[in-house]
Amino acid sequence: MPVEILIVDDAPNIVLSLEFLMKKEGFSVRSVVDGDAALEAIKIKRPDLVLLDVMLPKRNGYEVCEAVRANPDWKEVRIIMLTAKGREVEQEKGLALGADDYVTKPFSTKDLVVKVRGLLGLQGD
Amino acid sequence: MSWQWIVASISFSYLGLLFAVAYYADYRAKQGRSLVNNGTIYTLSIAVYCTSWTYYGSVGRAAVSGVSFLPIFLGPTLMAALWWLLLVKIIAIAKTNRITSIADFIASRYGKSPILGGMVTLFVVIGVMPYIALQLKAVAVSLDVLIYYLDVEVGAQGPPPALGNDTAFYVAMILALFAILFGTRHLDASERHEGMVTAIAFESLVKLGAFLFVGLFVTYGLFDGFGDLFAQAMAKPELRRLMTFDAVPGGYASWFSMTFLAMMAVVFLPRQFQVLVVENVNQSHIRQAAWLFPLYLLAFNLFVLPIALAGRLIFADLGLEPDTFVLTLPIYGKQDWLALFVYLGGLSAATSMVIVEAIAMSIMVSNDLILPLFLRMRIANRTNLSGMILYLRRGIILGLLLLGYLYFRLIGESHTLVSIGLVSFAAVAQFAPPILLGIFWQGASRRGAIGGLLAGFLVWSHTLLLASFAKSGWIAESFLTHGPWGLSWLKPEALFGLTLFDPMTHSVFWSIVANIGVLVIISLFDRQSAVEQIQAMNFVNVFEKGAKGGDEYLWSGYVSMADLKELLSRFIGPAQSNIDINNYICNHGYLIPEDEGQAPAHLVAFAEKRLTGAIGSASARVIISSAVKGEELDLQGVMRILDETSQVIEYSQRLELKSRQLEAATKQLQEANARLQELDRMKDEFISTVSHELRTPLTAIRAFSEILRDNEDMEFLDRQKFTEIIIKEAERLTRLVNQILDLAKIESGKMEWHLSEVDLISIAEEAMDATRQLFDNKSVRLIWSAPEHPMMLLGDRDKIIQVVINLLSNAVKFCTANSGVVEIHARETPEEVGLAVVDNGIGIPPSSLDLVFEKFHQVHTAIDLPLGTGLGLTICRRIVERHHGRIWAESELGKGATFIFILPRNHGPENQNHDEQ
Repeated sequence: MPVEILIVDDAPNIVLSLEFLMKKEGFSVRSVVDGDAALEAIKIKRPDLVLLDVMLPKRNGYEVCEAVRANPDWKEVRIIMLTAKGREVEQEKGLALGADDYVTKPFSTKDLVVKVRGLLGLQGD
Repeated sequence: MSWQWIVASISFSYLGLLFAVAYYADYRAKQGRSLVNNGTIYTLSIAVYCTSWTYYGSVGRAAVSGVSFLPIFLGPTLMAALWWLLLVKIIAIAKTNRITSIADFIASRYGKSPILGGMVTLFVVIGVMPYIALQLKAVAVSLDVLIYYLDVEVGAQGPPPALGNDTAFYVAMILALFAILFGTRHLDASERHEGMVTAIAFESLVKLGAFLFVGLFVTYGLFDGFGDLFAQAMAKPELRRLMTFDAVPGGYASWFSMTFLAMMAVVFLPRQFQVLVVENVNQSHIRQAAWLFPLYLLAFNLFVLPIALAGRLIFADLGLEPDTFVLTLPIYGKQDWLALFVYLGGLSAATSMVIVEAIAMSIMVSNDLILPLFLRMRIANRTNLSGMILYLRRGIILGLLLLGYLYFRLIGESHTLVSIGLVSFAAVAQFAPPILLGIFWQGASRRGAIGGLLAGFLVWSHTLLLASFAKSGWIAESFLTHGPWGLSWLKPEALFGLTLFDPMTHSVFWSIVANIGVLVIISLFDRQSAVEQIQAMNFVNVFEKGAKGGDEYLWSGYVSMADLKELLSRFIGPAQSNIDINNYICNHGYLIPEDEGQAPAHLVAFAEKRLTGAIGSASARVIISSAVKGEELDLQGVMRILDETSQVIEYSQRLELKSRQLEAATKQLQEANARLQELDRMKDEFISTVSHELRTPLTAIRAFSEILRDNEDMEFLDRQKFTEIIIKEAERLTRLVNQILDLAKIESGKMEWHLSEVDLISIAEEAMDATRQLFDNKSVRLIWSAPEHPMMLLGDRDKIIQVVINLLSNAVKFCTANSGVVEIHARETPEEVGLAVVDNGIGIPPSSLDLVFEKFHQVHTAIDLPLGTGLGLTICRRIVERHHGRIWAESELGKGATFIFILPRNHGPENQNHDEQ
């Protein structure tokens, strides 16, 4: 069963690059552009990992993260927050709300892939 | 035993009884079980108003002129109705200021003026002396008549002999002794004499009782009741007219003027002031007195006319003095013991009047006439003055009665009782203007009061006193008939040719007019001194809390505590002065000053008040000012002190203002601070937003660059697509940076504006050329309805082009490819020009119509929108606003959007260097 990845970001080009990177790792990828759609997508099919942007229309990344963590069924869902605001406060807030890791934009694609694999328990290349 | 001895012994027994009553009352007072603390005793003491003149004289007057006796009773009854207004205020003032006589009252009101006090006293002595003479005459006549007729049959041997012996002299001396015993046993600061008051009240009962007995005897003993008596009187024409106004000399005018005189007399006669004001224990007693006193007078009046008519009927041809009817009728009726009782009633009326009058006048003469003179002559600098003052008063009483006797010997025989009494009434009425105006009008001044009193008394003495002298033959009769020095307009009974009234009304009219006129006119043009102003205020506003005081400012000089104590003890004794000072200090919670230290001003003022009780306000003022070293303050001085006070007040007001200003400034600072914090927060947010906006394209660029680097085996199309993205994002990044810089420049006012006359039409066309490629790429139609003439305005051409390009590229961005249509319209008015860019794209939700102009606000509606910076419309708005124009969006969701901007023709943007925010 392939690993399910959900990409949540409102910048189309970033979504495009993330899709490319995740697909290349052999993951099954879905992507949405806002917070509500993210929760909807998670409800329809629980992903293994969510790449979650913070600045989202409708419902921001923090709220989505909080909602996911509030549901025991989704305890296993790994969350990586993507934030264009690099300040520590924002990173800490994400972690405090239950994110597993965070990545600052612009990010190194290699590092991102390592983090994703690490969280999914897939060691090495 | 002859009647002479019986009458003498009865007289002395009665006087002894009076003294016993007085002594008992004083004894009760000392025990704290005062007899006088009730309204009935107070009312009966006011009945001292009814003297022997009333007792004998009103019958005499009724017998001669009928109802003209009534005003003497009507006046007080009317006045009693006004007591709640006048008397209550006068008593409050007297108590507050420790005033003990009418002279003191006037002097105190007009700046504690010794001159005024002395004047009033002098006038009282001159004016009231005839009244005392009258009492002596009454007692003497009644004695002589009684003794004579008890020995012989009434009417048997014609009229009694003229008064040849010295009965009146003995009466005067005995009354003096009594007044001295009652009134000058000790020096009391409040001048209250409870024993005297009780004795007076007792006498009031006796005289009323005696008069009622005579009346009943005459009406039912000598006649068969009222009906019989009046029927007999009506039968005689000369008696019938007594019951109408025809018999009243001077008619109605006289009747009214006499009512007025009696109204004034019942309050302002010295003895009335003494019992009404000085001896008043409790102001609530006035309420009872206001109805009980008129009732007493009514009872007294009941038998006046019957007795008079009976006398006229019975003694028709005997030529008896009508004033003696009260006494002679019982003797005629063979009721010797009743006659004796009647005599005692008359004696009561006379003694009570003389005693109270003498005491009241002795207080006045000593406090307001002699003491100030002594003080001025520095005779009074002995250690114990209280003893001296007592002896002084005793001497004065004796002197007054001797004077009265003298007056009686010289004048009295030629006049009836009533006419003498009225002369006194008219004199006393002169005190009404300064007192009544003084307690209601702050403007009444000292000089006005002096002038008014002088004028009033001048007229009074000219029209009544001198006229009576002329009638007695003391001065040439031509004074009456031709006027002094032959000046007919100065004729005492027809001043300025006024012949309308009887002599008494005439005198009252002119003296009161002169008095009030001079008082008012001088007061209006006068400047009051500081003491006057303060006293006037204290008198007029006596009921207002906090009105009292203020006069302590007047003591600015130096006096040591020891000196002040010694001064006080000289007049009221050392023990009493220590007690008083300590009480005062304790009651007010002050610190007790050292003997060597300076006495505080309020203590000096207290000492003055205390002395005022003992020796009158004017004397007290003289004494204190002699002790206080340093000038007594003049008006300027007081004003300066008041100024200093007001400066302190002003200073504190300024402080208050300052603190309010500080508060306001603090508030402004807080607001500014809050604004700064808000700005700081906004700046942080802006930076955060900008960093976010910059990072987003950077993220894409980095990601795709790395993807391209790491995936050399990538398909060509993908590679090309990714490279294109990198280029687009880099362009966007550049645009973003430029726009951020532009915005920063505009907002900080550092943007340079190049003003010129520009044509909006050519601007629109240039912008369309610049964006033509965008429209072609998306196959969006552009409809331009160009007017045929230019639309000129003053503005920065490049900036306006930037606005139009921005609007056009936005419009095309939100249009659907192939089916999109963008229209551009030009509009103009004489003052303004404008463009509208209309698209048929997805539109803007109403809630976002304003938000689209906010920084970095992008309407997220679809994912495949071209990349914007989120700053374009913000910059458009800034540029339009700089041109003093306006820009706004109109839209219906799903039906496209319209962006409109309007610019004024002649109002280009100014270059400015200051920071706008």
